Amino acid sequence: MLGFIIQRAIQAVAVMVVMSVIVFVGVYAIGNPVDIVIPPDATQAMRDEAIRRLGLDLPLWQQYGHFAWNLLHGDFGRSFVYNMPVLELIGGRLPATLELVLISIIFAAVAGVGLGVYAGVKPDSWIAKAIMGLSILGFSVPSFWVGLILILTFAVSLGWLPAGGRGETVTLWGVEWSFLTLDGLSHIILPAVNLALFKLAMMIRLARAGTREVMLSDTVKFARAAGIPEGVILRRHVLKLISIPLITVFGLELGSTLAFAVVTETIFSWPGVGKLIIDSIGVLDRPVMVAYLVLIAFLFVMINFTVDLVFALIDPRIRSGRQGA
Amino acid sequence: MTDISPPQRATSPVTLFWREFRRNRPATVALAVTLLLFLVAIFAPLIAPQNPYDLAGLSLMDARRPPGFVGSGGYTHLLGTDPQGRDLLSAILFGLRISIEIGVMAGAIALAIGATLGVVAAYAGGWIESLIMRIVDLQLSFPAILLALVMSALLGQGKAQLVTALVAAQYAYFARTAYGAATSERRKDYIEAALATPLHARRVVFKHLLPNCAPPLIVVATVQIASSISLEATLSFLGLGLPVTEPSLGMLISNGFPYMMSGRYWISVYPGVMLIILIMAINIVGDQIRDQLNPRLRR
Amino acid sequence: MTPVLEVSGLRTEFRTGAGTVPAVDGVSFSLMPGEIIGLVGESGSGKSVTGFSLLGLIDAPGQIVGGSVRLNGTELVGMAPQELRKRRGKEIAMIFQDPIATLNPLLTIGQQMEMALAAHERLGRRAAAEKSAEALARVGIPSPRERLSSYPHEFSGGMRQRAAIAIALLHRPAVVVADEPTTALDVSIQAQIIAEMKALARDYGVAMIWISHDLAVVSALASRILVMYAGRIVEEGPSARVLRDPRHPYTRGLIDSLPSATRPGEMLAQIPGSMPSLLSLPPGCAFAPRCAFASSACAARPDATAAGDRAWRCVHPLGQDRTDQKERAAS
Repeated sequence: MLGFIIQRAIQAVAVMVVMSVIVFVGVYAIGNPVDIVIPPDATQAMRDEAIRRLGLDLPLWQQYGHFAWNLLHGDFGRSFVYNMPVLELIGGRLPATLELVLISIIFAAVAGVGLGVYAGVKPDSWIAKAIMGLSILGFSVPSFWVGLILILTFAVSLGWLPAGGRGETVTLWGVEWSFLTLDGLSHIILPAVNLALFKLAMMIRLARAGTREVMLSDTVKFARAAGIPEGVILRRHVLKLISIPLITVFGLELGSTLAFAVVTETIFSWPGVGKLIIDSIGVLDRPVMVAYLVLIAFLFVMINFTVDLVFALIDPRIRSGRQGA
Repeated sequence: MTDISPPQRATSPVTLFWREFRRNRPATVALAVTLLLFLVAIFAPLIAPQNPYDLAGLSLMDARRPPGFVGSGGYTHLLGTDPQGRDLLSAILFGLRISIEIGVMAGAIALAIGATLGVVAAYAGGWIESLIMRIVDLQLSFPAILLALVMSALLGQGKAQLVTALVAAQYAYFARTAYGAATSERRKDYIEAALATPLHARRVVFKHLLPNCAPPLIVVATVQIASSISLEATLSFLGLGLPVTEPSLGMLISNGFPYMMSGRYWISVYPGVMLIILIMAINIVGDQIRDQLNPRLRR
Repeated sequence: MTPVLEVSGLRTEFRTGAGTVPAVDGVSFSLMPGEIIGLVGESGSGKSVTGFSLLGLIDAPGQIVGGSVRLNGTELVGMAPQELRKRRGKEIAMIFQDPIATLNPLLTIGQQMEMALAAHERLGRRAAAEKSAEALARVGIPSPRERLSSYPHEFSGGMRQRAAIAIALLHRPAVVVADEPTTALDVSIQAQIIAEMKALARDYGVAMIWISHDLAVVSALASRILVMYAGRIVEEGPSARVLRDPRHPYTRGLIDSLPSATRPGEMLAQIPGSMPSLLSLPPGCAFAPRCAFASSACAARPDATAAGDRAWRCVHPLGQDRTDQKERAAS
C-alpha cells in the first residue's frame, strides 16, 4: 500500500512539472503583455523599462526558471491588471467557486445515482424513459444555454430567484460563504443547477448502465436465489458494484466541473475564479492565466491521486493485488 | 467506402445494421433530422429568405422586432429580427451552416490526427507508444473546454484558430479509442505472425488494424462532432470563438443575451432551440450506433 | 412417501423481437426427499432455464406461461413475489456454475453469508458469524472463522465454490438446484466437490437437481436421469439403466460421445448436426432431423411412453427390438 502511494506521488509530481512547462511556454510564447502595462503613447525608454521589469528580456528557459523558483516559494507573480499578488487575487475568489462546484456536484451525484439506478432497475417503465430523456437533454443542451433559459424562466419571467451575484454572505473561518444565508442560498440555486445538469446527465447514464449490467449478473441472481430481498440486493450488491466506475468519473468530473464553472460564473456574474480567468483572458493578464492553469492542474493531479486511493479502499483486489501482480 | 452493396447480397453488414437501426423509431427520426439539418446548412444561401451578410439589405429600423413583424422590405420576419435588424430565421440558417461546418471540420481533423496517433502507438509499441499515450492520457484528464478556452484565447479569433483549438481539445479522444481497438486486435496471434514478416506491415495496418478501429471511431466521431458544435457555441458565447462577421449559432445566442432581461427572448431562444435540436439529433444517432456496435448489450 | 417437489407441464417462454422461444416446453417430473436427479442435455436444451424456473428467477423477456411447481405441496407458479422470496434460500436454493461470477468481489465471505442469513432469520452479529463459520466448516473449508473476513479473490476456485455451496445450504433447504456447479473447476477438485455434495445431500436429506451437460458426472451422482432436448424431456429413468440401455436415440448419442465410450486412438463419436433453433422447431420430434432412425412417423409429436420406472418420447425407441428398427430405417 505504501509503495503504491509513493509510486502515485512520484507520478503526480512529474505530471505537475510537465504541466507547468506546457502552461508556461504556451501562455508566454504567445501575445505581448507589454502593451497591456504601458500606456499607448509610451516612449521606447518606458517600453524597455517595462520589458526589463517584467523579465521579458531574458531567454525563455530563464524566465521559466524564475517562474518555477517563485512558484515553489508560493509566489505566482503579480497581476498586470490588478497589480496585486496573483495568489491573493485567486485565493480571494476561490471559495466562491469551490462553494458552487461542491454544491452542484453533490447534487448531481446524489440525484444522478438515484435516478440512474431506478432507470436501470426498471428500464421499461415510463419513468425510466423520462429519466433517460432528461439525461439526453442534459447531455445535449449546452450549459450556457441552459443558464440563459434558467435566468429567463426563474429570474425574468417568474421573478422567483435572483439572476446573478452571490447575495448576502457570512464569514466563517475567515472566508465568506453564500450557502449559509437564505439570500445567499437563493443566489446559488440557479448557478448550481446550471452547473450540475451535465454531470447529472452523466451520472444518470453511468449509474443506469452499471445497474443494468449488474442486475443481469450472476451475483444478483445468486443473491436472489438465496432469498435476499431486492432492497438489500440494491443497497449492498448493486450500489457497491457500480461504485467503482462512478467514483472514477466523479473524480474526473470534479475537475471538469471546476472548468465549466467558467461558463456558469460568466452567465450568473458569480464572482469566482472562473469569471476572473475569463476577464484575464480578455485582457491577456498572463500571470493570472498561468497561475489559474497551474492551480487547476494541481487540483486535477490531487483529485486523480485521491481517486486512486479511494479505489484501493473500496476494491480489496487492488489493495492486495498490487504486491502480487 | 462502399456503402452500396448489390441488391442480391441483401445481408451485407451495412444492410443488417440499417435494418436494426430502423427498428428504433426515435433514432430513425433523429437520423432524418440530422440529415435534414445538414442539407439545410449546405443549401442555406438558397433557402434563407434574406442574406444576413448583405449589409445593404439591413435596416436598423427593423432591429429587435418580435416574431411575425413585417419589416420595411415588406417581408414577414417569422422569427423576428436580431439587434442588427437581420431576419432571425435567415441568421439561424446561416449560423447553422457555420456551426456544422466548424463541427465537422474539427471532428474530421481530430479524427485523422487522433486515429493516426492511436494506431501508430499501438503498432510501434515501445517508447513511441508510451510517449504518445502518456501525452494523450494526460490531456484526457484535463477538461476539453479549458484547453479550448485557453487555446482560442491565445490564438485569437478566426475560423482556422477556432478549429485548431477544437482539434487540440478533442484529438485525444480519438487517439485513445483507436489505440484501444488497435491494441486489442494487435495482440491476436495472426497479427503477431504477420508482423514477424516485415513485408506485411503496411498490409496489417491498413487491412486489419484500421478496419478494426472503425466502429468505435465512428461512435466517437458522432459524439465529438456534437460536442465540437456545443464547444464552439460555448466559446463564441464567451466571446472567444468566431469574429462577429461570421455569426455561428453560439454567437447569435450571445448577441441576444443582453436583450433577454428586457423580455426580447426570441433573439437568444430560437438560435438556441436550433442548436439543441442539432446536437440532440446527432447524439441520439450516436447512441443508437453505439448500442448496436456494443456486443455486451446484445441479447 | 410424498415427493418434495412436483413439477408438471412447466412452460417457460422468451418473447423476443424475432418471435417466441419455448425454452421449457411442458416439463414434468417429481423429486423425493433426499433424492438426487440429473438433468442432462446440450447447451440450449433448456435445462438451466428449467432450473431457474423452479425458483421463479426468470428475467424479462422470459416468463413462466404455464404448468405447476409444487414445493412441499405449495404451488410456486403464480405465487406473490414476496412469498416466493421467503421460500428461496430457505426451502429451495440454487448453486451456479461460476463461483467467480456469483460471489460479490467487494464483500467478504462473512458479509455475504450474513446477508443470506438475514434474509430469513433475525440473528445477532455474533450468532450470524457463528452460524456462517459452522456452514463453512461443513463444506470443508479449513479455519472457517478466520476465513469469514476473507474476500472471494483470496480463495481458490474450489474454495469459492464451497463457500457458495455453504451459502446455498445455510438454511438446510429441502431442494437444491445445482446448475453445472463443477464445470468451471479443475477435474481433481470436481471429483472432491461431487463426493462432498453427495455426502451433504445424504446427511441433510436435501433433494438435489443436478444440471449438467456431462453424463459421466451425473451418472456418478444421480439415482435418476432426465434427458432434455429442445425444451422437452425426451427420456427419464434410473441412471444405471438409462446409461446401459438407452431408449431415445439422442441419449444414445450423448453416451456414445463420452470419452469413456471410445477406445484409445478412435475418433470421438459426435451427434451429427446441431440443436435446431427454438424459434423454428419441427412440428414433430425435435431430434428427428439429426436422428438416424427417423421416419415419417416422427413428423407427429411423440407422446411419452412409460414402462415401469422409465419413460421416453420416441416412436422408434431403441433397445427392445433394435434390429427391427434399423431395418425399418434403412428401407
